[in-house]
Amino acid sequence: MSDAVQRVSTPGVSDEVAIQIIGMHKWYGQFHVLKDINLTVRRGERIVVCGPSGSGKSTMIRCINRLEEHQQGQIIVDDIELTGNLKNIDAIRREVGMCFQHFNLFPHLTVLENCTLAPIWVRKVPKAQAEEIAMEFLNKVRIPEQAAKYPGQLSGGQQQRVAIARSLCMSPRIMLFDEPTSALDPEMIAEVLEVMVNLAETGMTMICVTHEMGFARKVADRVIFMDGGEIIEQNEPEEFFNNPQSERTQQFLSQILAH
Amino acid sequence: MSDITQSNAPGQHYPPGEHPDLPPPPGTVGAIGWLRNNLFSSIPNTILTLLAIYFLVVSIPPVLDWVYFEADFEGASRTDCTSAGACWALIDVRLKQYLFGLYPSDELWRVYVAGLVLALAVLPVLFDKIPFRKILLVNTLLLPITGFYLLSGTGSGPDAWLTTVETPQWGGLLLTLVIGVTGIVASLPIGVALALGRRSNMPVVRAMCVTFIEFVRGVPLITILFMSSVMVPLFLPEGVNFDKLLRCLIGVSLFSAAYMAEVIRGGLQAIPKGQYEAASAMGLSFWKMMYLIILPQALRIVIPGIVNTFIGLFKDTSLVLIIGLFDLLGIAKTVITDANWIGLSHESYAFVAVIYWVFCFGMSRYSIWLEAKLHTGHKR
Amino acid sequence: MATQSIDGPKRGSLLSDQRTRAIVFQALAFFLVAVFFIYIGTNTARNLEALGISTGFGFLDSPAGYDVAMSLIPYTATDTHGRVFFVGLLNTLSVAVTGIIAATILGVILGVLRLSKNWLVSKLVYWYVEVVRNVPLLLQILFWYGVLLGLPRVRDAIPVFETMFLSNRGFYLPRPVPGDGIGLIIIAFFVAVIAIPIIARAARKRQEQTGQIFPVFWTSAALIIGLPALAAIVTGFPLTFDYPEKGGFNFKGGMVLRPEFVALWFSLSIYTAGFIAEIVRAGIQAVSHGQTEAAFSLGLKPNWTMRMIVLPQALRVIVPPLTSQYLNLTKNSSLAIAIGYPDLVSTFGGTSLNQTGQAIEIIMMTMLVYLTISLLISMLMNYYNKRIALVER
Repeated sequence: MSDAVQRVSTPGVSDEVAIQIIGMHKWYGQFHVLKDINLTVRRGERIVVCGPSGSGKSTMIRCINRLEEHQQGQIIVDDIELTGNLKNIDAIRREVGMCFQHFNLFPHLTVLENCTLAPIWVRKVPKAQAEEIAMEFLNKVRIPEQAAKYPGQLSGGQQQRVAIARSLCMSPRIMLFDEPTSALDPEMIAEVLEVMVNLAETGMTMICVTHEMGFARKVADRVIFMDGGEIIEQNEPEEFFNNPQSERTQQFLSQILAH
Repeated sequence: MSDITQSNAPGQHYPPGEHPDLPPPPGTVGAIGWLRNNLFSSIPNTILTLLAIYFLVVSIPPVLDWVYFEADFEGASRTDCTSAGACWALIDVRLKQYLFGLYPSDELWRVYVAGLVLALAVLPVLFDKIPFRKILLVNTLLLPITGFYLLSGTGSGPDAWLTTVETPQWGGLLLTLVIGVTGIVASLPIGVALALGRRSNMPVVRAMCVTFIEFVRGVPLITILFMSSVMVPLFLPEGVNFDKLLRCLIGVSLFSAAYMAEVIRGGLQAIPKGQYEAASAMGLSFWKMMYLIILPQALRIVIPGIVNTFIGLFKDTSLVLIIGLFDLLGIAKTVITDANWIGLSHESYAFVAVIYWVFCFGMSRYSIWLEAKLHTGHKR
Repeated sequence: MATQSIDGPKRGSLLSDQRTRAIVFQALAFFLVAVFFIYIGTNTARNLEALGISTGFGFLDSPAGYDVAMSLIPYTATDTHGRVFFVGLLNTLSVAVTGIIAATILGVILGVLRLSKNWLVSKLVYWYVEVVRNVPLLLQILFWYGVLLGLPRVRDAIPVFETMFLSNRGFYLPRPVPGDGIGLIIIAFFVAVIAIPIIARAARKRQEQTGQIFPVFWTSAALIIGLPALAAIVTGFPLTFDYPEKGGFNFKGGMVLRPEFVALWFSLSIYTAGFIAEIVRAGIQAVSHGQTEAAFSLGLKPNWTMRMIVLPQALRVIVPPLTSQYLNLTKNSSLAIAIGYPDLVSTFGGTSLNQTGQAIEIIMMTMLVYLTISLLISMLMNYYNKRIALVER
């Protein structure tokens, strides 16, 4: 039953395919971490991936911009297949932005320099223009006043918002979020989620690994549940939360919603 | 669960949640996968591998030939060595000097006993889970006294219990160990005192410690040894003179104490202020606070640094040959001036190099082992 | 014993007051140190008097009366001990500077190879590091000196490319002889050196305005090699070499690197390179994996990531211990005395000391030289550390 994915075209989601993963497998040594992953993400679609820790969700999205290598199957992003070809990898990484659990801002550069680095050196944008774009996005994440500071001077929530702005400065067509709020204090989670919700409203294609179920209900077009390296179930948020099909999903949801 | 022996061809589908763990595709793990990932993953990598193999093929066989296959192991002088390789007969004939210098043969049993006492003294310090640790620790505390009397004796004359052996007769590995162990034992407490002094609130004490530490760390050890051998006799009142070895020991200990102090200061700085505050709040006096709370933590943090200082100290003991003591390296240098063995410098130096290496490498392995042990202890 | 004062809070005796105690303790410490110095001072004065040695630095002007095997400045046996001091100092500095250059190059290469994904190369470097670091430097110096002395005599020197000769008296190498027009090549080199920062600045300005990236590194490399090469072609290669030629018991012409220098320089370099390799490895590993991942996910290529993200952060970790390795190398060069390389300690601190008996002055002067170098470098280091310190909350 769970294979029958109900695709309801929400406003903003086109029929164009942004990411397609076909029969993807990955091993760490002898350990089979990702098993037969099949996933199609359409342009403008917002996907939330959840599941117990160690279920392979982070590994899966890290395969999408080749921070991890897969050993079998295909990953096609924007009609480019990810292989060992370095040109393809570069092309895909330019189009795919990513935010990490631990922000990974560059500590030796100011907030503004963090944001302009890649546009200047990868997209070859003139500096003034790059700074203009950066300020625009720093405005959008509501911390333009921190532009001259260093990452070490900011709070966790502020750092994560800078990290989002930094990715957006490359004007990516797809954004990946790898547990963006799990290293944050509760009061800072809200400010980051708010920025993510705003981003979702612009029609950005997003894949978020997160346990923030409120966020999933609010913006996700689809929720994916992973366990043991497999996609167990995927559905619209309403269906997913109200009527989970598999036993493992039910168990997971009851644990995560209990507190 | 479905049968694992079933085909694992890609494309085989399973109901969600029932996909079995499959073995990775052939060639990615196992011997071939390992070779491919670690040695031939790319063209530059393959070139590096081939260069490394070439280097090994060119260098290893001649070295092995020299060391073993074409070496001579017995003989009375270098003329007995007729093969193309090393002449290990030198080591065979002069082994006693390499180990003990000119220590009298009749009294060598004392060195063996001292060696045993040292080994028993070191064990409980290195490992905290050995039987009779408390008793062995008493032995460790007594080591300076027992060691001193065993090696140097209790007096001269026929009725002396242990005949005096003058320090110029000490040599070889024995002397190296005496200097190394004394330096290690003395430098740690002096280093702790200097480190505490440097962090003290008392300006005069602090200034004196800083001056000492920076002065000693700023000059080569050899100048300090010169100072101890040339200048110290001038410092003493006329007629007073003390043993050259003792002067050298003081020099070496003070030298490594300065380095030790900086290592320990690093540890003290890493202790959060809260620890000091908590200890003071408990009403502990300064010394109790240091002894019970701060130092145990600080020393634990800097164990790798301390062991590195020990290794440095052990290697530096070789410098005493410059001021005329015959330590292990000094013997190695002297033995080959003998007309029977002249020109065998490679053999002599290679032999002592192995001894030094075993000690230093052993210490560094121990430090890594201990660090790993303490680390897991921390994480529980 | 409950007869404590009832008229006010307990004050305690004067000695248990913290501040008083500190003052007393410091005064005592100062007093003891002063007594110690006065004691050895008077002893020394009495001893020197008994030995008939006059104190002071007058000996610096008296003739040394011995030869020094290698000197960068003109020196003969009739020159003064003061000049010996400078000869020795220059020899110390020359082996230290060349040693530092070689150790850095070798150490950085080894450190990077140690991190290589190539198992074999990484293991080889690991064992190299473990061998050179765990054998006393002095032993290594003596060993390599022994190897060099084991080379054939001058008569049977080993030729290398027919222009160089290896013998137990040293390495005989061709000596460059500048001809007419050499000045133009030197000028061309300096033009390149001056042009590079100008080009770099122009390139940065252009990039800021148009976004175009100019290959500054390759242009610089081309300039610094190309311009002097061009000048050399124009002037018709004015540089000739004076080749060493075998003549009886010695070589004529060319130049010679003494085995003492080669053994000391080589041992210092390979020994320190082992430590530098570990520092470089640790520095690069200290930059968290997340930094490279973030850079990759922004589309930065690996070489740019190395240059703009990893290196600037790794250098903060690498530079301080690296400087202390440079200091160690400089101090370790004093082991020259064991093989008779004429550095500061073995000439001035050794032979001059034995001849004049001015132990205190000479050892103090020698120590002061090393102290000055150490203090200068640690001041620079403190300045660097302050400048690069990461700004934190």
